[in-house]
Amino acid sequence: MILELNGEEILRADPHIGLLHRGTEKLIEYKTYIQALPYFDRLDYVSMMTNELCYSLAVEKLLNIQAPERAQWIRTLFGEITRILNHLMAVLTHVMDVGGLTPFLWGFEEREKLMEFYERVSGARLHAAYVRPGGVAFDLPHGLLEDIFKWSTQFGSRIDEIEEVVTGNRIWKERTIGIGVVTAKEALDYSFSGVMVRGSGIPWDLRKVAPYDKYAEVEFDIPVGKNGDCYDRYLCRVQEMRESLRIINQCLNKMPTGVVKVDDHKLVPPPRAMMKESMESLIHHFKVGIFFSLIFSEGYSVPPGETYSAIEAPKGEMAVYLVSDGTNRPYRCSIRAPGFAHLAGSDFMMRHHMLADAVAIIGTMDLVFGALGFTNVLGHVRPPRMSMPNEGWMEHNIRVLISADPVCIETRKRITCL
Amino acid sequence: MFSRTRLVLGLQPHLALNTRNNLARNTLVAHRLISHSSCSRAEHDPHQRRVETLTSAIGERGGHHAHTSHPVDAQGNEMNPYRNGPSALDKAVHLFFFTEIIRGMWIVLENFFRPPTPSCIHLKRVLYLPAFVGSTPYVAIQVVKSVASLCEAICPAQAITIESEARLDGSRKTTKYDIDMTKCIYCGFCQEACPVDAIVETQNQEFSVENREELLYNKEKLLANGDRAEAEIAANLHSDHVYR
Repeated sequence: MILELNGEEILRADPHIGLLHRGTEKLIEYKTYIQALPYFDRLDYVSMMTNELCYSLAVEKLLNIQAPERAQWIRTLFGEITRILNHLMAVLTHVMDVGGLTPFLWGFEEREKLMEFYERVSGARLHAAYVRPGGVAFDLPHGLLEDIFKWSTQFGSRIDEIEEVVTGNRIWKERTIGIGVVTAKEALDYSFSGVMVRGSGIPWDLRKVAPYDKYAEVEFDIPVGKNGDCYDRYLCRVQEMRESLRIINQCLNKMPTGVVKVDDHKLVPPPRAMMKESMESLIHHFKVGIFFSLIFSEGYSVPPGETYSAIEAPKGEMAVYLVSDGTNRPYRCSIRAPGFAHLAGSDFMMRHHMLADAVAIIGTMDLVFGALGFTNVLGHVRPPRMSMPNEGWMEHNIRVLISADPVCIETRKRITCL
Repeated sequence: MFSRTRLVLGLQPHLALNTRNNLARNTLVAHRLISHSSCSRAEHDPHQRRVETLTSAIGERGGHHAHTSHPVDAQGNEMNPYRNGPSALDKAVHLFFFTEIIRGMWIVLENFFRPPTPSCIHLKRVLYLPAFVGSTPYVAIQVVKSVASLCEAICPAQAITIESEARLDGSRKTTKYDIDMTKCIYCGFCQEACPVDAIVETQNQEFSVENREELLYNKEKLLANGDRAEAEIAANLHSDHVYR
């Protein structure tokens, strides 16, 4: 981030990204569909399962399958747990950046409890690799729902405590009210999403607009701000945690029994007992003669096509644009990270604020650089200045990507029409 | 002098700073201070470089508070914007007695006397469902007659290297089984891929070693890991088998 200052006043802000570039999108092109999954945990490492969910939904859309009921409820449940995880991090590090350390520590205690749920269900606290195309990796362990319920009964009062300390605090108000104002028009122009657009008074939430999984069957409200400043966005996030808690409770009540993966062993590995006992399954599962399991060694082929599937990640609209050429690897995987557009707006948000306000504004944008360090040209909200000023960025980008491949000519035609 | 103004104005401390000649001075200073180096202007394309004069506008931005117009009722008469809010007395009490700060501090004080939540990291080994992931893989290659090397195929980070040779009876034997723990991303796919539980993950959480070579596991080291954690692994596999 390069700031041009006049004393303490910011005259221009120029965010630089790419320092955490790991070539994720390109790497994914060389992985099978299941191998690509763990990469998504590592993009936005504060909201892991929603990233996986986004990718899984994209693959499922291409495969034309749907996860079983129970898997969808589990995904919804853990999606909301992830949202709380993320908002705790976002709100409380924001408070900490502005000067209040105490609530941050309380929030991290709650995060620790939530990551315990992550661990119990998937084995890992952060990089879960739990939500998979076709369902979830494992069924919920015995007693987990009870513990989530116990946690959820006390979490409401934790939010109240945090609010009691932070919301009314005059220092906090002084530092956030009127800071980083985003008007509704600016939010739309810069393709903001999530709280950044809701804080400006636009009721837009993909969980309501285009419900995925079980969001159509649960009741919740979308908190919408009024002034579009840091304080409104803070209030939105806190309220969203409460709404997430509501959804979690509904998920606990409505959790059905049943399977957690699709019943197609070409797509998901069979249970181990079945694999070990049934020779028929073994033959079905393995290439006969060579001891190579298709699913693990070569993955599965996905019918040719393309999809842009977006979900409401805690930070905003997270999307995966996936092009399949019919093989077992994605032809192209492009990821839309919400933080990228938000960071792009940092110039207009920070101008003519004090230097210390830059911290508050970065905090309110809820950035995780893992999620936007990788973003290539497709994430741009404006055409990149360097390349071909006369052509649309999308067209240019896609042409570079797939022009060489004869398999994708049909796909290419469709994309260039965009 | 400054601190006293601040105290009296309370919520609006910077009103005192927004004098007119400040604005003029700022503009002058701004012009002098702006860096003209191309790097910090960050206009990477010299041809498209916009000529932009940066001027100070901190005065125009004024106070931090959003400007709100007075509410108007159905007849078009201006309404009292403070109608539904707290009274002036309430606000004065709030302002001078720091009510919200005191309430916040009370909560903080309460938290001192709460029973501590045990840190999950320390409880993990005792309490939890044996984790599927998060740990040192070990291999027991002897149990496998034919090496499937599915773990090598599935590994997204390509951390596993397997070499094998044919035996006289036609089966295959592993000659080399290396895991580069510096590459491993602990996704647990190798464990899922193995049809015979030859590679499993243990509960080891400590990977701090003195040099890098210690994290490059070969067959002997992995087998030794397996021997060391044998009982634990057996218990984990037993308790996990319902879910896998």
